[in-house]
Amino acid sequence: MVVMENEEITHPAPPLELQKPPEPEPRQPVMINVADVDFCYGTHQVLFDVNLEIPPRAVTALIGPSGCGKTTLLRCFNRMNDLIDGARISAGSIRLEGHNIYAPDIDVVDLRRRVGMVFQKSNPFPKSIYENVAYGLRVLGVNKKSRINEAVEKGLRASALWDEVKDRLDSSAYGLSGGQQQRLCIARALAVEPEVILMDEPCSALDPIATAKVEELIYQLRENFTIVIVTHNMQQAGRCSNYTAFFYLGRLIEFGATSKIFSNPSQLQTEDYITGRFG
Amino acid sequence: MTKHEMTNDEIMTKHERTPRPLLPSSFVIRHSSFRRRQVVEVVIFWLFRVATYLVLAAATYIFLDIGIKGSRTLFTTRAPFINVPFFTQGPQTLFVFDYEGEKYTLSDREFRAWKTEHPVEVEATSVAYSAGGVWPCIVGTALLVVGSMILALAVGICSAIYLNEYSQNTRFIRLIRIAILNLAGVPSIVFGLFGFGLFVIFLHWNVSLLAGWFTLGLMILPAIITASEESLRAVPNGLREGSLALGATKWQTIRKNVLPYAVPGILTSSILGIGRVAGETAPIMFTAAYALRDEMPWQVQRWTDFVFQGVMALPYHIYVVSSKIPQNEYTERVQYGAACILLLLVFAIALASIVLRERTRGHLSW
Repeated sequence: MVVMENEEITHPAPPLELQKPPEPEPRQPVMINVADVDFCYGTHQVLFDVNLEIPPRAVTALIGPSGCGKTTLLRCFNRMNDLIDGARISAGSIRLEGHNIYAPDIDVVDLRRRVGMVFQKSNPFPKSIYENVAYGLRVLGVNKKSRINEAVEKGLRASALWDEVKDRLDSSAYGLSGGQQQRLCIARALAVEPEVILMDEPCSALDPIATAKVEELIYQLRENFTIVIVTHNMQQAGRCSNYTAFFYLGRLIEFGATSKIFSNPSQLQTEDYITGRFG
Repeated sequence: MTKHEMTNDEIMTKHERTPRPLLPSSFVIRHSSFRRRQVVEVVIFWLFRVATYLVLAAATYIFLDIGIKGSRTLFTTRAPFINVPFFTQGPQTLFVFDYEGEKYTLSDREFRAWKTEHPVEVEATSVAYSAGGVWPCIVGTALLVVGSMILALAVGICSAIYLNEYSQNTRFIRLIRIAILNLAGVPSIVFGLFGFGLFVIFLHWNVSLLAGWFTLGLMILPAIITASEESLRAVPNGLREGSLALGATKWQTIRKNVLPYAVPGILTSSILGIGRVAGETAPIMFTAAYALRDEMPWQVQRWTDFVFQGVMALPYHIYVVSSKIPQNEYTERVQYGAACILLLLVFAIALASIVLRERTRGHLSW
C-alpha cells in the first residue's frame, strides 16, 4: 500500500455526495481489460461479448438485475470460476495490466494474491481476529512475527476496524458483528497488499449503519486500490463508485462515469433500470 | 417461535371474539365405524410402543447379563477387589480334583507347584483355557485396533479429501462411490477370507498383526470414507473460497481451513469404526488371531518380527472358550470375564474419542 500524501493535499477527498472525480478521458490507463468475453456454465451461456476497460485507482460498480452475469464477470477477474465444474470463458480474453490472466502459463495463486476478493456473505475463518488477517501472509510463507504484526495492524487500520478490535485481537472473529465481520474480510484482503479488490455485494447482508461504514471505507480505499464492486443497490453504486457498468441479460449495456450513467444515460434500458422501471 | 407471548387476558379476549362454531349435528353422531377405528388406533400405538421397548429390554438384558456374570470374574470380595491375575496372566488350563476329601481348582502353574509338594497320583479333570486371565488378548486387541485404525484413517481421510475436494463428478467417480457403498455391505467373514487369501497366503505374511491390520482396516474403510466425506462437506464453501481468494493454494486451503474443522466429525465417525474393529471375530480368525500363545507381542527376537507375529485377541478368545472347548461349570468364568472386558474396552475407547472430539471442536459454528 502506497499512501500518496501529496495527492491528498492537492486534491482533498470530496464529500460523499455527488461531487465526482473528472470524467474518464479517452486514453486513460487500463487496469483490467475485458475483450469480447463470452462465458458459459456448461452449455448455458451467461455472458455475451463483453468489452470493458476498468481504470486503475477508482471504484467501478457493476450493476444490473439478478442473473445478468455481473457476479460471474467479477469472479472471472481472479479466476474464482475455475472452482465451478464446467464453467469457462468460451471466447475473448481478460487482461490484467496487459497480461492475459487466462494464459496457460499464468500462476493462479499469484493472480489471486494481486486480485483480492470480498464475498457477499462475510466469511471470516473460525480463527482469532489476528489470525484471520494474518492468514494471507502465512500462506505466502511469511513467518516473521514483526512483519505479520505490522501487516495485521495496517490491514485493520485501512479497513477502519483497528480501534474497535485492537484490544481483542486474539478473540474469535465470530464474536464480531456482521458489519465488523465484513470489514474484517476486507482487512484480510488488504493485508496481502493486492492491486485490485473485487467486492461481490459486500453490503447485501448488512444494516444501513454498517453499510455506510463499508461504503465510506470503499471510498477511501479507492486512492490506493482498483476496486470493482458488484451491487444490487443503485444508491450504493451512485454513492461510492466513479464508474458504472450496467449489465442486462449477460450483455454490457452501458459503461461510463457514474455521474453520467445516473444523470444522463445514453441507453434507454439503463435509464429504465436506474429509474426503477424494471429490475 | 413467537416474538410476543400472549398473556392470559389476551387469550381470553381473543377467545371471546371468535364465536364458537356450531357443529352440524352429523358430527356428533357416532358412526358404526367409530369403535373399530378406536381399536385400530390403540393397537397400532401399542404395537409401535412395544417394538421400541423391546430394544430397551434386549439392551438391558445383554448389558446386565454380561455385566453381572462378568463382574464375578473381574472383581473379588477381598482387597484389592480386582481380580489382578485375570488382567495380568495368560490363559491357563484349569485342573479340578479331589484330594483327602478336599476339592481343588488349580491353574496349570499352581497344579505343577502342588504336585511337587504332594508327590501322589491324583485323578484330575483338566479344563482348557479356564484358569489364568486374558492379558495377552487385551494387548492383542489393542494392537489390532490401533494399527488398523491408523491404516484406515490415513487411507480413508486421503480418499475422502480426494473425492470431496479434488474430484469432479464424472462417471468414474460415481463408480468409485458405488464401489465404496458395496464394500460397506460385504460381510466380515468375506473380508476374513479375502485377507487370508491375499495377505496370509499370497503375500506370505502368515497369520500376523500386519495381515490383521490390513483386513480390519479394509473392513472399516468404507465407513471412514463416507463419514469423513460427510464431515468435509459440512465445512462451508465460503471458507474455501475465502482462503483461495487470498492466494492460498488448494492444499494450503485444505490443510489450514478445511481439514481442521472436519476433524471433530471424522473422530466421531471413527468411534463406530473402533467398536467394530475391536469386536469383529471373523476378519481376524484366519489372518491375525491365535487361540493360544505363550509369548507376549513384545517378546520377539528381532523388532522386524513384531508385525509378522500373530496375537491373541479378545473376540476370538471369547469365540474359542465358548465354542471350541467342552462346556462345564468352570468355563463360564472366562467367557463372561472376557466379554465384559471387551465391552469395557470398546466403551473406554469410545469415551476417549468423544473427549478428544470435544477438545478439538473448540468454538466452531457457522
